[in-house]
Amino acid sequence: MAEKLVARHLSAYFGQTRALHDITLAFPANMMTAIIGPSGCGKSTLVRCLNRMHEVVAGARTEGEVMLDGEDIYAPGIDPVQVRRRIGMVFQKPTPFPTMSIEDNVAAGLRLNGVALKRPERDRIVERSLRQAALWDEVKERLRRPGASLSGGQQQRLCVARALAVEPEVLLMDEPCSALDPISTARIEELLLELKANYTIVLVTHNMQQAARTADLTAFLYTGDLIEFGETRQIFTNPARRETEDYITGRFG
Amino acid sequence: MSATSAIRTRRTIWRKMKSDLMMGVTVLATVITLLPLFIILAYLFAKGASSLNLAFFTHMPAPVGEKGGGMANAIVGTLELIGLASLIGVPTGIGAGLYLAAHRGGRLAAAARFGADVMMGVPSIVVGIFAYAVLVRPMNGFSTLAGAVALAVIMIPLVTRTTEEMLLLVPHELREAALALGVPAWRTTLWVVARTAASGIATGAILAIARIAGETAPLLFTAFGNRFWSTSLTEPISSLTVQVYTYAISPFPDWQRQAWAGALVLTTIVLALELGVRWVTRGDTRVAR
Amino acid sequence: MAEILEATHDNVGVAARPARVGSFRVHLFGDRFFNLVTLLLTLVGLSILVGLAIALVVDSSPSIRAFGWSFVVSTDWDPVNEKFGALPFIYGTLVSSTIALAIAVPLSLGVGLCLSEMAPAWLGRRLGFMVELLAAIPSVVYGLWAIFVLGPWLRDHIEPVLGKALGFTPLFQGPRVSVSMLCAGVLLAIMVVPYIAAVCTDVFRAVPQSQREAALALGATRWEMVRIAVLPYGLSGVIGAIMLGLGRALGETIAVAMVIGNSPQISASLFAPSATLASVIANEFTEATSTLYLSSLVELGLVLLVVGLVLNVVARALVLGATQRRFEEDN
Repeated sequence: MAEKLVARHLSAYFGQTRALHDITLAFPANMMTAIIGPSGCGKSTLVRCLNRMHEVVAGARTEGEVMLDGEDIYAPGIDPVQVRRRIGMVFQKPTPFPTMSIEDNVAAGLRLNGVALKRPERDRIVERSLRQAALWDEVKERLRRPGASLSGGQQQRLCVARALAVEPEVLLMDEPCSALDPISTARIEELLLELKANYTIVLVTHNMQQAARTADLTAFLYTGDLIEFGETRQIFTNPARRETEDYITGRFG
Repeated sequence: MSATSAIRTRRTIWRKMKSDLMMGVTVLATVITLLPLFIILAYLFAKGASSLNLAFFTHMPAPVGEKGGGMANAIVGTLELIGLASLIGVPTGIGAGLYLAAHRGGRLAAAARFGADVMMGVPSIVVGIFAYAVLVRPMNGFSTLAGAVALAVIMIPLVTRTTEEMLLLVPHELREAALALGVPAWRTTLWVVARTAASGIATGAILAIARIAGETAPLLFTAFGNRFWSTSLTEPISSLTVQVYTYAISPFPDWQRQAWAGALVLTTIVLALELGVRWVTRGDTRVAR
Repeated sequence: MAEILEATHDNVGVAARPARVGSFRVHLFGDRFFNLVTLLLTLVGLSILVGLAIALVVDSSPSIRAFGWSFVVSTDWDPVNEKFGALPFIYGTLVSSTIALAIAVPLSLGVGLCLSEMAPAWLGRRLGFMVELLAAIPSVVYGLWAIFVLGPWLRDHIEPVLGKALGFTPLFQGPRVSVSMLCAGVLLAIMVVPYIAAVCTDVFRAVPQSQREAALALGATRWEMVRIAVLPYGLSGVIGAIMLGLGRALGETIAVAMVIGNSPQISASLFAPSATLASVIANEFTEATSTLYLSSLVELGLVLLVVGLVLNVVARALVLGATQRRFEEDN
């Protein structure tokens, strides 16, 4: 398996507090890797380190390397903004930009960067992204309506479309279904399975069944340490570590 | 009914009566407080409306003691002063608000925030003294510029505070979502955060304009007043507030009559701004009230 | 804020995207420029405050040098002989503000309680808005109305009553004119109530519902609940509101100048004309013929500034404390 994204000896700090301890983890290309673990284990922190969003918080810093196609995104001289264009992110809470229409939301990643797009080109990108996010059929008649006029599940798919419009190579999903109802959750999971073919996906979830359903590989994190990492089937049926087994069987978490 | 339960009931009745009385007193207080609002507006209309003719809006003041004339130059003067003051005050206030919202900690930000709060407690006549010292004396004369600067100084802390508050109301998730798309920080602040807070920021700016439109004291020795049209920024200029003031304290009945008319125009402008901006943003949940 | 590092052309791997996503050099400059501009504008704002304080001190130094501390206690205001003292104006400011607060505070408490406890939410908002409109009316309009309506009404209907009932005290003696300390005090009260009432309403609304419910559950009547739960909880905020109102009253210039009579005399009677720090500046600034005269007026402004600032800062701290508490309790 070609390794698209590799974290090497990654540690993350909030001020003096260390949230991640020396994590080394490889995310293969065109596969979905799930990151599971109890609340506060550092799943979100880990994923935010993968696209340099962690440092946006005041006082936060990282140590170690994260290699995208063999190049360290934390190397001196690397621009975080460029990193984030290649590694996209969808958050837990759907956040369509309230002052923009649906189509403007999708194109936001490009337009806000001052990329001048002619109308037909822009429409093409909007349609492509919305189709990829399995939202096109539902909104094609009302692209000019405000982004906030959609339901929760639709808004989240809009956020996925928005992230895809920038044509990233990796998609980081930080508990994308936590705020959604079961039906919307199922649709997003379907969507992720389709996207896997063209993107490398990292999915943070507190829902073990979701990981078991959708991911090829699963990593289990606990209090900032990587406990176990392997094929999903193996993790859930025959975990090597006792902590993993305790978490899977619900003894804590 | 036993004796004790009779006493208890009597006492309960008294307590209830007292409660109703006191709450009634608060209602009375509210009525008394709001009464002047209606009385003043009624007097403005009664005494001022009849003087609002075309001449009032198109003529300049007549010479002392003569009847007739109008407040055309005063009305235009007020518009010029608040226009120039806004040109100076609104960008400065919004810029400072952007800075404060982006730097929650930091010593300069804390000092600036404190400074803005402090400035809001400075009496406006003292601001006039400042503008006098800094502009009128060096320039050797009263001027439109000095008046506008005095008004801008009053505006800046107001606009800064409301801009910062409105920006902070924008959920931080929105900013993160934009950053995660690979949008640079400054573009995120302008085109996502500020754009979301735009109606609130605009409301704050317009309310600040309404406030300075009604100011008189800082203009008394900066813009001073002008019987004629003011043709340059370095000339003194008439304004509605100062004109009403001058006429009101004068002994001439005709001037007093015009003072009422001017006050009516002034109040209409100010209330129109206050009501207008609230009406326009009436459905907007992003504007805090 | 994300670290903005120097990007170099060596980052072919990471930065190698087609030009359509924009040059990575541009936005580095953009971030720096944006930060610089907002910083400069903030410095402008801050330096205005500093400049204001400096200008006032510098311009009042002639009279500070001439009179020293006696300025504050001298009752002479004699432009002809160049002798200046602030006491009549300090007196006028204090007395007019005291009258204003004496009237405004009970009214404001009543309004605050009515809007937060009695009125249903929709009515409370509308009434609160009308109270805000009172604050929006320009002070010159208040002054105009007071000259022709309030002043004569007080002189003809209220002052005779006061004179007869309380004329044994020097407060209510003497000839009645339509410009007087009393008129100024009443007008100030009307102008200041909206400010105090608005803050009181916020402070009372910030009292957690749990406090009210606890009192009611004990069998308290509405008024008792207010006395036990709402007022004590909001006390510091109310004090802050009063101080804000006082600050506003001290600085009110034009309306007071129009109805106080502008006489630099200290007189015991409220029916007599008087003057305040702000009103004398407004009246005499443009007529000040000598440097010492002007400097004395500026020194009056300095006194006004210092008192106003101190009040404002303390008041804000109190109000902030009172309205923050609900947030903390509810969370």
